[in-house]
This record gives sequence, structure tokens and C-alpha cells, in this order.
Amino acid sequence: MTQPQRVLSYLEALNEALAQEMAADPSVVVFGEDNIGGTGCDGTLGHAWGPTRGLHNQFPDKVFDAPITEAAFVGAAVGAAATGLRPVADLLFVDFAGVCFDQILNQAAKLRYMVGGKAKVPMVLRAMWGTGMRRGAQHSQALYSMFTHIPGLKVVAPSNPVDAKGLMASAIQDDDPVIFFEHKLLYFGSRGVVPEERYTIPLGEAKVVREGGDVTIVAIGRMVNEALAAAEQLAADGVEAEVIDPRTLSPFDFDAVYTSVEKTSRLVVVDESNPRCSIATDIAGNVAENRFSALSSAVRTVTSPHAPVPFSPALEDAFPPNAGKIVDAVRSTLAASLSKAS
Amino acid sequence: MATESAGSLGREELIEAYRVMRTIRAFEERVHTEFASGELPGAVHLYAGQEAVAAGVCGALVEGDYIASTHRGHGHAIAKGCDIGAMMRELYGKAGGSCNGKGGSMHIADFERGMLGANGVAAGGAPLACGSALSAKVLGKSHVSVAFVGDGAANQGSFSESLNLATVWQLPVVFVVEDNFYAQATGTRYHLRGLDVARRAEAFGMPAVTVDGTDYFAVRDAAATAVERARSGGGPSLVECKAGRFFGHMEGFDQQGYRGAGEVDRLRAEQDCLVKFVTAAGLSTSETADVDVTVDAAVEVAVAEAKAAPSPELTELLTDVYVSY
Ligand SMILES: Cc1ncc(C[n+]2csc(CCOP(=O)(O)OP(=O)(O)O)c2C)c(N)n1
Ligand SMILES: [Mg+2]
Repeated sequence: MTQPQRVLSYLEALNEALAQEMAADPSVVVFGEDNIGGTGCDGTLGHAWGPTRGLHNQFPDKVFDAPITEAAFVGAAVGAAATGLRPVADLLFVDFAGVCFDQILNQAAKLRYMVGGKAKVPMVLRAMWGTGMRRGAQHSQALYSMFTHIPGLKVVAPSNPVDAKGLMASAIQDDDPVIFFEHKLLYFGSRGVVPEERYTIPLGEAKVVREGGDVTIVAIGRMVNEALAAAEQLAADGVEAEVIDPRTLSPFDFDAVYTSVEKTSRLVVVDESNPRCSIATDIAGNVAENRFSALSSAVRTVTSPHAPVPFSPALEDAFPPNAGKIVDAVRSTLAASLSKAS
Repeated sequence: MATESAGSLGREELIEAYRVMRTIRAFEERVHTEFASGELPGAVHLYAGQEAVAAGVCGALVEGDYIASTHRGHGHAIAKGCDIGAMMRELYGKAGGSCNGKGGSMHIADFERGMLGANGVAAGGAPLACGSALSAKVLGKSHVSVAFVGDGAANQGSFSESLNLATVWQLPVVFVVEDNFYAQATGTRYHLRGLDVARRAEAFGMPAVTVDGTDYFAVRDAAATAVERARSGGGPSLVECKAGRFFGHMEGFDQQGYRGAGEVDRLRAEQDCLVKFVTAAGLSTSETADVDVTVDAAVEVAVAEAKAAPSPELTELLTDVYVSY
């Protein structure tokens, strides 16, 4: 008899990855603000609301609440990683990287290189990102492009529970600092059948989530679902889109994108971050530089505008890419195609 | 506690102080029910329980003075004279809100009233208040700046750096630490080791006092002393106020299981700054009733107008990013 398949949310999948990695490796420690929740209070413990919830029950000596001291505890993660632990530190919102950027930019990213390879920094910095929760300009950014820009950091942005679990396991086992982007709308909004056993998904391996021959759509994080919805709409009109989820932004699986573009000759990149100096322009630039002759049409990017994230629901809903904008971009790239592709 | 100002404040000032605190209370209780009904978007942190801090501190300020607020900023804004209609529209993300709907609860600002903004980043306002104090100092104005900071935010590096900078540059700034005993679900017993933040100010050579934040007069006296020191060139001070919040950390998010059994009921029954104020100020039932009726009606109008207001035009997405581009 087959077991009923187990469905987990993205948040639960991350929680399971943390628990399994902690159980497997005693050097894994987890900390951040309210990662236990309730420390120093008269009530009960266990009021973390994110993926660390409940971990302290199983690992009371390995999970810590931190005061609001990101510069200190992210820096401490770097120092601890260089001396025998595998810390998983929690930034809550990625926007708070602002108050501890030196620890990420100048310490975590550079330590190994500066000391001539004499140290490694096996840490994970978890960070919530993205629009959609009416959190306004300081709690909604998509800053992965900034971190991807920095040599020495690895950057992961899963789009679904299965990838979230396997990529978190890889990130923890990886010997380099990994910034792990968790989209806040996916925590509860993305659910899927997740294997119970411990497994990893390699960093730097993209996934073709839908096959098609007419256009390649590369989409990141929550945008993967929007791209799939766009692909369904396009299919109704006889346009078959291939949708690629890079899953990790640094390292980046350019070969997967090149292979697809060689087949489709058209590329649309969907990225929730701001348009300038972004992962979208990076992907577009690399394809233009390395597969120019495969293209039959100019690369299109679908991004948020060059503006902070607005609070007003009406404005916020108009801010990020969505299926409709993706369909429009695909149609425009099809319309502009040179004859050689047809 | 000292009630120096209870004696020195006139009837009108006492009624005004009551009006401010009562407005904050009514605004927050109403926002709480609006949020629960699913009508109100966003991250909303309520100030109920801490009204005497905002009212006492802002009561010691004059027009032209500045405040830099926190994520729990509605009370500060109201006490500094911001229009509750515009604030409510902002909470709903509507056109005509304090920030035309672009900011929301965590970014309410009104520069004409000296309200430099709520802030989504813990202690984000402390350096800004040092900056507005620097403006006053360099421009030869007498304006004083106040930075409101939570107990949890007081652990930020930017807060300690601000204390340091303010003393070194002798800035006309007052740091008001609001200890409501929690940073989200983490208690001060843990994150401050149970110690007063005021002790840290002393380490920088800054005068600091700790007062009961539910006692309007205690807050106002301490603030008046610190503001007078700043205005007369005596440099920065810190006032630490202890007052618990009546609601959870954030609306729609917090079951508050980390709080002791009956804690909130006890707070409301025994530490209600409004009740304490009415008694200490000797306000009559008819005096408070007059205020109550006006305030409740004003909040009602603010909510109705906010709900009816249109959303901002989509062209607003790309305005205000730069002055010119
Ligand atoms: C730099 C930074 N880290 C974390 C947060 C998330 N956060 C928002 S409010 C809060 C607790 C703040 O506690 P406190 O300063 O005591 O203010 P209170 O909420 O009690 O008014 C935290 C951790 C933040 N906004 N900014
Ligand atoms: Mg607090």
C-alpha cells in the first residue's frame, strides 16, 4: 500500500530542514530575534512565528533568542562559522541587512579570501523578502541582486516547499556563507508534497518547471508561479513557454538558460526586484554576451519599477510583475522576432 | 511621584492633556476592531497603554520642535498634533493620507508638525533626531528634537552610537526610551538583563532618569527638565518611561502566550494612565464626558472618511522617488 502523500507548507518544509540538519550535525546552531519566542517573559516559550518555531523543544541548547542586535549576531555567526559552528542566523526581513551590512559585505563575504583560504565561513543568513503583505518600503524589498553582486556570498531563493527544504539542507552543509531568501507570501501560500527523509538539492542547479519551444521565461521565487500562470494563458493561444526556476542566484546555472534559449530563441526574465543592476539585467546581459546568435528577438525583463515598495494596497498590487505583465512581455518578444526564428 | 506639573498646569492644559491621551486611546481601540474585521491592511502596532508617554513628552514641546518616532507611532503623531483624519486615511492606504497612502502605519509623518516619521527599522529614528538637533544647532534655532525608542530597539548599535554622538556634539536632543517590557515576544528581563537603559546613558555622561510611564505628570516633569536642558544649550538627556502595552505586538499576529496569565487585565485595571490622570488632575465627570463625546465622534468620522476615500492614482507609484530625475 502506498503511503498518503504528505503536504507541507513552505514554512513547515524549512522547519523540517532545520530540524533534520540540527539532528544530523551538532555544530548547527540557530539564532535570531524570537527564534524561540518568549524568553525572559512570565508566559510560555515557543512564540516564534517563522520556520524556527518549536525547534527549541528538540534542541534546547542550540536555539537562541537574540536581542535586536543584528550587527552583533550576524557578525557572531561569521566568527562562530570560522571556528567550528554552522550557524543559521535569522535576519527576519532582508531589509534589516541595512543595520548589519558590514558583517555581510566585509566580514562574511571576504574573510576566506583575505586570509588566503585559511578560514571558511559555513553560515546561513535567513531573510524574508518580497511584496504582497502591505508592509511598506522598509519591509518588502527583493534585495538578492545586491548580494549576488558580492563575490564570496552564495544566494538562494526557493519558489516551493520541496526546493526550500533541499536547498536549506545544502545551504547549511555548504562551507560558504549563504544568504537564504524566503518569500513571505510563500510561507503559507505555497504547499506541496515534501519527502520526509533528509535530502539536498545542489546549489547552482536550475530546474525546468515547464517545457516549451517558443519562449524561455526565467522567473525567481514567487514569480515562478506567476510565470506558470502566464504560460497557461499563452498555451491557450498556442504559444508554448518554457519556464526555468534558477533556484539559486549565486552560483547561477547559466547553462540551463543557454540550453533553453538555444531551443526557443526568445527570453523573458521575471524578477520582483527593482530593474537597475538586477539579477534580471545580469541574466539578460549574459545571454546577450554568450548566446547572441541564438536570439531571434530582444530579451525582455519584467520587473518591479525603479521605486520603493508602496504601502497602499492599490499601489502595491500594481508594483511587482504578474502573469498579465509576463504575457504582455512574451507577446512583445514574439511580435518583434526576426524571421529566422519562424 | 513628583506632581510638580499637576499643580502648575492650568485647567485648560489639563483638559488638553486628557484630550490627547483619550484621542490616542480611542484611535487605537478603534483601529484594533477595524483590523479584526479584516478591513485594515498592513503591519499595525498599537500604542494603547503608553499614552501618557507620548502626551507627557509632547506636552513639554513647543511648535517647531521635532520628534522621530517608531513602528508604534500613532500615539506620538497624535500627541504632536497630526490630524487623525489624515492618519486614518494613511492606515487604509488611501489618497489624502498623511503620506498619500505610500507609507502606512509604520511611516506616518507630518513635517509641518515636526513629526519626522514613524519608522520600520528599530531605532531608525534615533540618528534622525540627532540630525534635526544638528540642524537647529547649526541654524541657530531653539528647536529641540526628541527620539522615541523602544526597549528592544535600545539594543541597536545605532542607538548607542546616537547617544555617543549627541553627547560629543552636545546636541539639543532628548532620547525617550519606552520600556513596555517586551520586544515582540522577548522580555526585557532577558534582552536588557533586566537593567534600565538609563544606565547606558550615564556611561556616555548623559543625564538620565527613569519614570513611571503611566503617570502623565511624572513623564511631563522629566521631559520638561530634559527639554529645557536641551533648549538652553545643556546638551542631550535620556528619559526612560515604563508602561505596558494593552494589545499584542502587532495586530492580527500575536496571541500573547508569552505574557503571564491575567497580565493584560491587570494592566488595564491597575495601570491605566487615563484613569490615573483623571484622578490626579481632579477632572470632573462632565469635563471628561465633553472630551469623550468629541473625541469619539472625531474618530468615527476619521474611519468613515478613510473607508470612503479613493486609493491613490497608479501614477503615484513613480512620484516622490526623487525630487527631480
Ligand atoms: C533593525 C530591526 N530589527 C528587527 C526589527 C523587527 N521588529 C519590529 S518591532 C520589534 C520589537 C521592537 O521592540 P521595542 O523596541 O521594545 O518596541 P515595542 O514594539 O515594544 O514598542 C522588532 C524586533 C526591526 N523592525 N528592525
Ligand atoms: Mg518594547
